[in-house]
Amino acid sequence: MVTFNLLLNAVVTGILLGGFYAAVTIGITIAFGMLDIVNIAHPVFIVMGSFIAYIVNRTFGVDPILTVVMASPLFFLLGVAIFRFYYAVFESSGKGSLRGLAFFFGILFVIEVTLLLAFGVDYRLVQTSYIGPNVGFEHVDLPLRMVIPFVGSMALVSGLHIFFSHTFVGRAIMAVAQDEFALSLMAVDTVAIKQLAFGIAIATAAIAGGFLIVIQPVDPSLGREYIGRVFAICVLGGMGSVTGTVIAAFLLGVVETITSTLFGPSWAPAVSFAALLLTLAVRPSGIMGR
Amino acid sequence: MTGHIFRRADGRRVSSPELSSRNNPGKGPRLTRRLFGRALMAVSALAASRSMPLSAALAADPIKIGFGMAQSGPLGGNGKAALLAIEMWRDNINASGGLLGRPVQLIYYDDQTNPALIPGIYSKLFDIDKVDLVLGGYGTAVQAAALPIVMQRKQVLIGTGAVAVNDKYNYNKYFQMLPNGSTARTSTSEGFFQAAMTMEPKPKTAAIVGALTEFSHNVILGARENAEKFGLKIVYDGGYPPNQVEFGSILRSIQAANPEVVFVASYPPDSAGVIRAAYEEKLKTRIFGGAMIGLQYSELKQQLGPMLNDVLCYEFYVPAPTTNFPGIKQFLETYQERAKKAGADLLGFYLPPYAYAGMEILEKAVTATNGLDANAIGRYIHETTFDTVVGKVSFAANGDWAKPRLLYVQYRGIVGNDLDQFKQLDTQIIVEPPEFASGTLHYPFAASSQ
Repeated sequence: MVTFNLLLNAVVTGILLGGFYAAVTIGITIAFGMLDIVNIAHPVFIVMGSFIAYIVNRTFGVDPILTVVMASPLFFLLGVAIFRFYYAVFESSGKGSLRGLAFFFGILFVIEVTLLLAFGVDYRLVQTSYIGPNVGFEHVDLPLRMVIPFVGSMALVSGLHIFFSHTFVGRAIMAVAQDEFALSLMAVDTVAIKQLAFGIAIATAAIAGGFLIVIQPVDPSLGREYIGRVFAICVLGGMGSVTGTVIAAFLLGVVETITSTLFGPSWAPAVSFAALLLTLAVRPSGIMGR
Repeated sequence: MTGHIFRRADGRRVSSPELSSRNNPGKGPRLTRRLFGRALMAVSALAASRSMPLSAALAADPIKIGFGMAQSGPLGGNGKAALLAIEMWRDNINASGGLLGRPVQLIYYDDQTNPALIPGIYSKLFDIDKVDLVLGGYGTAVQAAALPIVMQRKQVLIGTGAVAVNDKYNYNKYFQMLPNGSTARTSTSEGFFQAAMTMEPKPKTAAIVGALTEFSHNVILGARENAEKFGLKIVYDGGYPPNQVEFGSILRSIQAANPEVVFVASYPPDSAGVIRAAYEEKLKTRIFGGAMIGLQYSELKQQLGPMLNDVLCYEFYVPAPTTNFPGIKQFLETYQERAKKAGADLLGFYLPPYAYAGMEILEKAVTATNGLDANAIGRYIHETTFDTVVGKVSFAANGDWAKPRLLYVQYRGIVGNDLDQFKQLDTQIIVEPPEFASGTLHYPFAASSQ
């Protein structure tokens, strides 16, 4: 029987889950939504972040989220390097779209196989003090394993929102997303701006990887499970909108958990994607799309 | 091959007594110039001799055994462990003169736990690689995809780790190395429900939940039949998609239905998710567990640690006085040593002994029929009871084990995350079937008190 408590818990859990989805999608929002780069390899960068968190946690006992925050500058540099190659080979010659997609497919497989060779195929988990305990309020009982990534995710997307709306570089990135040509007429180095943005997108993948391994066990091929979900959230939120991404992620999370509670978990993906299609039918540009 | 002799990663043959004394360095002969000279002469003589059976065997055309095996994807961990066991068998057979006097060559491809890749892999094995014998990969979905192709070629297929694949075909040359028995759909969960019915007072309600995948779907169908057979009312019955991330809402819905028995059929990441959610939601029930794939793996055992306490789950093998089959101890010692280098499951309790036993059966059938005729091999396997590292094995008409022997094991007294504790006899108690029981069921499930 569905009680008020059950429903309330489902909504709150859905919001926590949505927060996590926002963290895994925000990099796609930047790369795909703003820069028009179909970085299909984004989830595998997340898994890479998870494995770094795992190895440091296993070896030194360091908190996985702290580890990925510290590793994010390296991911930023990796993102910059990948973009430079991508730009030089594909985008500058106007062959960005389809060949670029193949390029990122290639990156996905290369990283996945590298992880397989380095770590094997076993599922990896981490040990932290917040895996296991709950925090309880009057009617709601929340696993800390979901709460901590949620808080981290909100800090990440809030920081990015402030960066994009209140800093010169952030606004330049938004301007590139709107009209790259117009920006170049103002003597702005749009390639450098895009390079920076792509680096930030990959850096967010590292942080999302820390959240991922706290929430669930990770194996090298796990990233594939997330490809559909992250692109769906990005499109639903409205291409390039950080706020839209967060709203769409919450929507998907809440719809999933409520469906799971009311009708059974087998219906959750169908109902979630029906909600996606319905929203796009009403607002083809997404929730916050222009 | 007589007895149980295993080959280490460095190629040395080891038998049980040698394994037990392998930690005594310095007892072997020292390498002197004289000894080196003699060894050189011996090697030269061996190479020159045409009458040596070993060199003759290795010079002959190899017998090619082909298969797809998951080395990546959700079941890659098991596939890697199974592959290591098969390679151990190959090393042993080649070291003892080969199969029918011919060396054995394994040809395998990573099926990525993806049944869509299976037709291509097996077509290549038959048409390009020209294999003599084939094996099934790990998992129900990939074996279900391989069987029709193998049937077309009228070959023998020995698989490891699939449920009810041959139910629709009744192919007489298919054999399954899984102790679920010929009624695998129901027998996979039967031990769990039998254990549940030993509780006093007897339970009346059950929850059944599982992943929407081939394996879990089959198991859930059987679990429903068993629940009905034992007079349990199903108060929660649900499936979840394979990429489910959050399990708290499922566990809360189950808790709201207040079942006395909770049966779960899950894949490795889900198993970890369900166990964690049960622990976090302080699930209150009398018995909790089921056919949860993954809890048999070293990595998940180690990482979940105390959260496993009181969970009742199936295992293929755990160390117990009742499971001390001839050769199993030596097999595991050699396996565990090689697994460290191979990056495979460190304990090797789950699939490796069964994959190895499958190869022992194939070896005996080929040797006894003195050829590679699929009909003769199939007939011989059906007619024979085999002594293997997993005990006596005989097959029913549909190729599953004639007598089911799935162990239902309750984890007890797990403290911390030390893997070695799972090698002890008192941390994994066999409660079903009764002839293998090493203890009785502890209930109610104590997630709330952990």
